Amino acid sequence: MTRNDSAPLFAESTLSTLRLIGYLAAAIALMVIDHRGAYLARIRWGMSVAIEPMYRIAALPSQLVHKAGLALADHEKLTEDNAELSRQLLLAEASLNRFRAVREQNQRLQELLDVQHSLGLGVQLAKIINVDTDPFRHRIVLNVGANQGVSVGQAVIDAHGIMGQVIEALPNTASVLLITDPIHAIPVTVERTGLRAIARGSGALDTLELPNIPVSGDVKVGDKLITSGLGGIFPAGFPVGEIRSISNDASGMFAAAMATPNAALDRSDDVLLLHVLPDPVGPPQAAPESGPPATLSGDAIQPPPAKTKP
Amino acid sequence: MNRTRANSALFWGSLLACYLLQLMPLPQALLPLKPYWLALALVYWALESPERVGLGLAFVLGLFGDVVAGELLGEQALRLCILCFILLRFRSRLRFFPMWQQALAVFALLLNDRIVLLMVRACAGEAPPPPSFWLAPLAGMLAWPWLFLLLDDLRARLRVRES
Repeated sequence: MTRNDSAPLFAESTLSTLRLIGYLAAAIALMVIDHRGAYLARIRWGMSVAIEPMYRIAALPSQLVHKAGLALADHEKLTEDNAELSRQLLLAEASLNRFRAVREQNQRLQELLDVQHSLGLGVQLAKIINVDTDPFRHRIVLNVGANQGVSVGQAVIDAHGIMGQVIEALPNTASVLLITDPIHAIPVTVERTGLRAIARGSGALDTLELPNIPVSGDVKVGDKLITSGLGGIFPAGFPVGEIRSISNDASGMFAAAMATPNAALDRSDDVLLLHVLPDPVGPPQAAPESGPPATLSGDAIQPPPAKTKP
Repeated sequence: MNRTRANSALFWGSLLACYLLQLMPLPQALLPLKPYWLALALVYWALESPERVGLGLAFVLGLFGDVVAGELLGEQALRLCILCFILLRFRSRLRFFPMWQQALAVFALLLNDRIVLLMVRACAGEAPPPPSFWLAPLAGMLAWPWLFLLLDDLRARLRVRES
């Protein structure tokens, strides 16, 4: 610190410049290696003991504010909320009853057809941990991780539609890339016409972009977009968004559309992780051979007919 | 002995608090305004107690920041190294600036930091960020005097209690 006059000033600054160059080279080398090989995920896994508590602590203040807001909410608002909620509950009850009837009917038909595997819509409930790793990327952190059975690539939905996909599973937390992140793209179909398109994230939480729709394609404002199941990440048939506006792109060769995501990306608190895996990429498998129902071809019953056949 | 221990507790405590502040959620509208807290704390400690702060520390702090944020490993390390280098170069001058000039210097440092970040992300092949990307240095400049006063006050209290 105390620079004595005999020490050459120049040499010291050269030394520190050299040190800077060394550190910068190290940082750049790390970035290149990580960009190629994604080692960060492994390091994060190792350090999750330190990271996960930090996430939870960082989320504490906003939870407290939320709780305080609940405690201080005035009576009128609560009454209003209550009325609104009971109305919604009534509606939900009604549709649930209908759903129950349909489910029972469906079950009977399923049993008749003996298609056991296609129904189980395995889902897992997860809560969002309210941390923000970077305001310009649309990522959320969930309170479940690999120990709870989460794996990379799982689709995440809320009550209204697709939210995103799991890109990283730590032992007890998981990161989700939202569909509006600029690096995210999701294959969709227009529900009305079946037209296939790719919906890309725009970087704004309320907008998806659909560039490169053929000019001749039949797309209208208000069309609903659902997942097409292509690409092997998202299962088919889940709502994604709704077309908001359509315009020509700069070249005039394609139409470009903007869509509003269905999922409440900025509001959802609880989300569902889908366990159903989409159809594998590639040609579909051959149709199963017709034969006795699976209940009859179990281990106990299978061998005898196999022996008698030849 | 005891005093240095209290001082280093404050040092590490402030850095840890910065990591937590960095992760802390904000309302959507305020998100682009979140200052780079870690850089601000590093600037303070480099100005006030340079014997603790060097390029090596900046590098390690940056690496830990990368691990916590889950971004590209080495990104924050690079940014903090550059920041720390410039800062240590001009430390003797910056130290005796009045507060508003210091805040302007911090603004310039953070702006430079954003440019470095932009270059890194462009090299990684990412789309250019929205205009609000440039608001964070401004917020950092506005936050600087308060952080400075707060940490200075805490240090002064420690000193009084010792003597």
